[in-house]
Amino acid sequence: MNKVQNNKAWWLILPMFALVAFSAIIPLMTVVNYSVQDIFDQNTAYFVGVEWYQEVLRNERLHDSLLRQFIFSFSILAIEIPLGILVALMMPKTAGWKTSLTLILLALPLLIPWNVVGTIWQVFARGDIGLFGWAMNALGFEYNYTANAIDAWLTVVLMDVWHWTPLVALLCYSGLRAIPDAYYQAAKIDRASRWAVFRYIQFPRLKAVLIIAVLLRFMDSFMIYTEPFVLTGGGPGNATTFLSQTLTQMAIGQFDLGPAAAFSLIYFLIVLLVSWLFFTSLSLTDKDQLKQGSASS
Amino acid sequence: MIKKRLGLLAYILFVLLPIYWLIIMSFKTNEEILGSLTLWPANFTFDNYITIFTDPSWYMGYVNSITYVALNMVITLLVALPAAYAFSRYKFIGDKHLFFWLLSNRMAPPAVFLLPFFQLYSSVGLFDTHLAVALAHCLFSIPLAVWILEGFMSGVPKEIDETAYIDGYSFGHFFIKIFIPMIRSGIGVTAFFSFMFSWVELLLARTLTSVDAKPISAIMTRTVSASGIDWGLLAAAGVLTIIPGVLVIWFVRNHVAKGFALGRV
Repeated sequence: MNKVQNNKAWWLILPMFALVAFSAIIPLMTVVNYSVQDIFDQNTAYFVGVEWYQEVLRNERLHDSLLRQFIFSFSILAIEIPLGILVALMMPKTAGWKTSLTLILLALPLLIPWNVVGTIWQVFARGDIGLFGWAMNALGFEYNYTANAIDAWLTVVLMDVWHWTPLVALLCYSGLRAIPDAYYQAAKIDRASRWAVFRYIQFPRLKAVLIIAVLLRFMDSFMIYTEPFVLTGGGPGNATTFLSQTLTQMAIGQFDLGPAAAFSLIYFLIVLLVSWLFFTSLSLTDKDQLKQGSASS
Repeated sequence: MIKKRLGLLAYILFVLLPIYWLIIMSFKTNEEILGSLTLWPANFTFDNYITIFTDPSWYMGYVNSITYVALNMVITLLVALPAAYAFSRYKFIGDKHLFFWLLSNRMAPPAVFLLPFFQLYSSVGLFDTHLAVALAHCLFSIPLAVWILEGFMSGVPKEIDETAYIDGYSFGHFFIKIFIPMIRSGIGVTAFFSFMFSWVELLLARTLTSVDAKPISAIMTRTVSASGIDWGLLAAAGVLTIIPGVLVIWFVRNHVAKGFALGRV
C-alpha cells in the first residue's frame, strides 16, 4: 500500500507511545542505573562502572543456565515446527463445525494459565497419581521426573511441545488456507506427487508464517519461567533452571541488584539480537509475499 | 485421507489427555487420587468446587484476575487502534524505528522488568491494584495488538478512507462509524489475544499484587500446605481457569487462525 507522508500521524501514536514509554523506559532506566552501581541501602550507592558486567560474564552458574536455555529453545523449535506443519497439513480443508471444533480443541492448551500448565503436567507425569508417569513405569521404564535429570528434561520439553505446538499448527493452518484452490488443481493436472505439492506450492506459502512462528517460539521459550518452575522447581539440582529463573533467584531471592540488573540487560540484548535477525528476514519475506500476492490476484 | 484423520485424532488425543486427567481429578476425593489410579471417579464429588465457590479468598482470585484482564483489554484496544491506523496509513518521522522499538518490548523477558515494575508502581501508589497489573501487561499486549491490527487494517483499501473524506466525514466520525465496523473481526481477534496474554501470565501479576488484587494463579499455590498438596482442590481451581479461555475462543473461532498469523495471511 502506498503510504502518505504525514507527520501529524504522531498524534494518533501519542497515547500508545506515552503508555508504553511509561511502562518500558522508566523501568529500563532503573535497570541500567542498578547495573552500574553497588547499592547498600536506600541512600548509599557507589558507582562501579562495568564491574557487574564483568562479574556476570564470568559467572559459571549463568554460563550453565545460558547453555541450558539455548539447548532447550533449539530442541523445542526442532520438534514443534515440523510437528506443527504436520498437524496443519492434517487439518480438514473445508469450513464447517468439524473444523471449528478442531481449531478450538487445538487452541485449548494456549489458553490455559502457564502455572496451570505446569500443574497439569506435574500431576499427569507423576508416577503415583498421574496417567503418564504411571504408564511409563508400567511399560518398564524407570521414570521419575523429580529425581532424574534426564526425565525432568524430557518432561519439560514434552510439556512445552504440548503447550505450544498448537500455535505453530494454527499459524501454518492459516497460511495453508490462503493458498488459492487453482494451485492445487494445476498440480493435479500436472500429476504432481504429494511431496512436490508440499515442496513447491505449500511450503513457499508457509515461509512467512513459519518465520513468525519461529520468532514467537524462540522469544517465548527463551523467557520461559512459570511452567518449569511449577513442574520441577528448576530441579533436580539445577537441571531445568533456565535463564529467567536464575535471574529471578538473583534479583528477588538473593537481592543481588547490581549483578541481576547487568544480567537482565545482557539477557535482553541476546533476545533482541536473535529476534532482530528473524525480524529482518521476516520483513524481506513479507515483501516477496506481497509481490507474489499482487501478481497472483 | 484415513491416515490423515487418524493422525489428527492421535494428536488431539495427546492434547486432551492431560486436560482430561485434570478434569476427572477435580471430581475425585483426595483419598481416591492418592489411593488408586482410576480412569473415572469412583465417588463423583463436587466438594472441591463447592469449597472454591463458597470461600471468598478463593473466588475473589477469579474476580481479581478477570478485572485486570478486562482493564488490560480495554486500555490496549483504546490506544492500539489509532496507533495501528497511523502505522497502516501514513509515513512519518521515525515510524520504522518506533515500530521496532514497540516490538522489542514484546521481546523483553518479564523477569527483567520484575523489580523495576515493583518499584515504579509502588512509588506512584499503584501497588496491589488491578490497574498496576493491567498497565504492566499492556507493555506486552500493546505491541502485539498494534501488530495484529496493522495487519488487518492494511487489508482495507485506502480508497474507502479517501471516499469518506470527500463525502465530508470528519476523521473521528469516519473512524468510528465506518472504519471500526470494517475491521471488527480484527478487533475481536486483538481483544482475544490481549485477553489470552493477560490471563495466562503469572510472574508479573503475582509480583505486583499482595492482597487486594491477588490473581487466581497466585492463590492456587495455597493448596500446598504442611500436610501435603490438596490435589483435588488444585485440580478444580485449574479447571475453572480453563473455562474463560474456552468461552472467549468460541466467539472468535472463525478468525482465530488468521489472528494467530497476526492478520498477515
